[in-house]
Amino acid sequence: MLNDLPDAPLLSVRDLTRYYGERIGCADVSFDLYEGEVLAVVGESGSGKSTLLSLLATELEASAGSIRYRMRDGIARDLATLTEAERRLLLRTDWGFVRQDSTQGLRMSVSAGGNIGERLMAVGARHYGNIRGTSLDWLGRVEIDRGRIDDIPKAFSGGMRQRLQIARNLVTHPRLVFMDEPTSGLDVSVQARLLDLIRGLVSELGLAVIIVTHDLSVARLLSHRIMVMKGGRVIEAGLTDRVLDDPHQPYTQLLVSSVLAA
Amino acid sequence: MSTHVSAAASPEAGYNFAYLDEQTKRMIRRAILKAIAIPGYQVPFASREMPMPYGWGTGGVQVTASILGRDDVLKVIDQGSDDTTNAVSIRKFFERTASVRTTTHTREATVIQTRHRIPEETLREGQVIVYQVPIPEPLRFLEPRETETRKLHALAEYGLMHVKLYEDIARHGHIATTYAYPVEVAGRYIMDPSPTPKFDNPKMHLMAALQLFGAGREKRIYAIPPYTEVRSLDFEDHPFRIQTFKDPCALCAATGVYLDEVIMDDRGGRMFVCSDSDFCEERRSAGHRGSMLADAPAALTGDSTHA
Ligand SMILES: Nc1ncnc2c1ncn2[C@@H]1O[C@H](COP(=O)(O)OP(=O)(O)O)[C@@H](O)[C@H]1O
Ligand SMILES: [Mg+2]
Repeated sequence: MLNDLPDAPLLSVRDLTRYYGERIGCADVSFDLYEGEVLAVVGESGSGKSTLLSLLATELEASAGSIRYRMRDGIARDLATLTEAERRLLLRTDWGFVRQDSTQGLRMSVSAGGNIGERLMAVGARHYGNIRGTSLDWLGRVEIDRGRIDDIPKAFSGGMRQRLQIARNLVTHPRLVFMDEPTSGLDVSVQARLLDLIRGLVSELGLAVIIVTHDLSVARLLSHRIMVMKGGRVIEAGLTDRVLDDPHQPYTQLLVSSVLAA
Repeated sequence: MSTHVSAAASPEAGYNFAYLDEQTKRMIRRAILKAIAIPGYQVPFASREMPMPYGWGTGGVQVTASILGRDDVLKVIDQGSDDTTNAVSIRKFFERTASVRTTTHTREATVIQTRHRIPEETLREGQVIVYQVPIPEPLRFLEPRETETRKLHALAEYGLMHVKLYEDIARHGHIATTYAYPVEVAGRYIMDPSPTPKFDNPKMHLMAALQLFGAGREKRIYAIPPYTEVRSLDFEDHPFRIQTFKDPCALCAATGVYLDEVIMDDRGGRMFVCSDSDFCEERRSAGHRGSMLADAPAALTGDSTHA
């Protein structure tokens, strides 16, 4: 599954640490992520998953540690040294971020087509017909009725909004996508369909994904590797099947057994 | 109406020349110079209380007050007309506080303060046009946070402007924005041209006169120096177009000018006439006659003001 990856990691994280005053948000997190690889970050509420994701997405400043990202030109850059303009360009072209709360990830009063087209226009697309065509294409790819292109997300169900977020993010063909609990709060059947869709797009587009979830079945279905967090630290990491079938840490064993019991 | 010297030779006692004190005027001139140096950039300034309510052009009035000299000739228009309440009261204000000459003729004016229009007659070098601006921030409707809009300007991140135009086309089949149509100035800043009709946008492009914009309530000044490129935003397949009018002006037969619809009587009679009243009057004096000139009430032809 992982044998086709280029040599250099896409993302290299070392000793990443964030304090909230005295309290640890996350501490000493290190890992490499390769192109096309899906990493699940799991752990119970308060374990530091969202903090880690915000640090990686440069939305939060680290207290210590470093994040290096291999840009499209092949050169790895320390993200802390990017200019604001470079950082924002990265965010809206080479990266995506699918939020748990769709109102944070969409423009709720802009049509579905406008939501998908925004990134294209941000990087200079100036042909209405082409933008609309691309939006229609993406609506199809995320299984939203193309007839809804001019509707605003307020009129969409929870599952449709998440699919619209995905389309809005993937339209610029990012290489790295962050997802924070993208399926939680949805009905089980809606969740299953969304997971299928994500899985299909990830493999089709060769996306690298860091997905935060408290749901081990989501991690099982989507990820190549898992990092288990507790108290802000990574306590176990490895290939998904290994971690879930043969957990080494007692805490991971507990997590796995509770999902099996459920 | 034409050029005249107001009764008093010097400003009314008790006022500093053009109402504002010299220190305030210097502060505003500094903001204006900065605005000219960075075309289209909104320069914050310490807007002062003026003896008129916001929405009556306090930003434009402060800019005008700061640039007026004793030899200037001032024209004030509102919706193209010199005779509306707003235009008359601002003109009177400067007659009283600065005793400058005023005029209704675009050609004779050195400073033109305006709300909602650019005169039809091409402005020339040495003239200054001062726009009254209610809302200077073109990104406001899409991004209400001031900290964020400033960042978007700083980084020239203007994709949102096209999202707005996209939504327009998606909803109406064409770009339905007709007033305050956003422009890109000197290839850099996106600017709100104030609520002028988009018809006037092309006049801003490479204009020989200096263009100054004052927003009183929002405390912003911005500028377009003479001969600056001003481009209206659009899509390749939905290019910017100005409004067109089917018939010429009913009073002076002018074509290619901006027309207002005017209700003539309570039986629903109406006609389209020049919004630029000075331009229209001059054409009529030169003998041009529109199709409804004979039938139009005196109040519309402007004859009453000559009485
Ligand atoms: N903005 C914040 N201010 C203070 N403490 C915070 C803040 N955000 C998170 N924390 C704390 O950091 C720890 C990790 O939180 P978080 O990253 O949200 O975990 P998770 O996403 O796994 O639930 C928790 O102890 C949480 O209370
Ligand atoms: Mg969280």
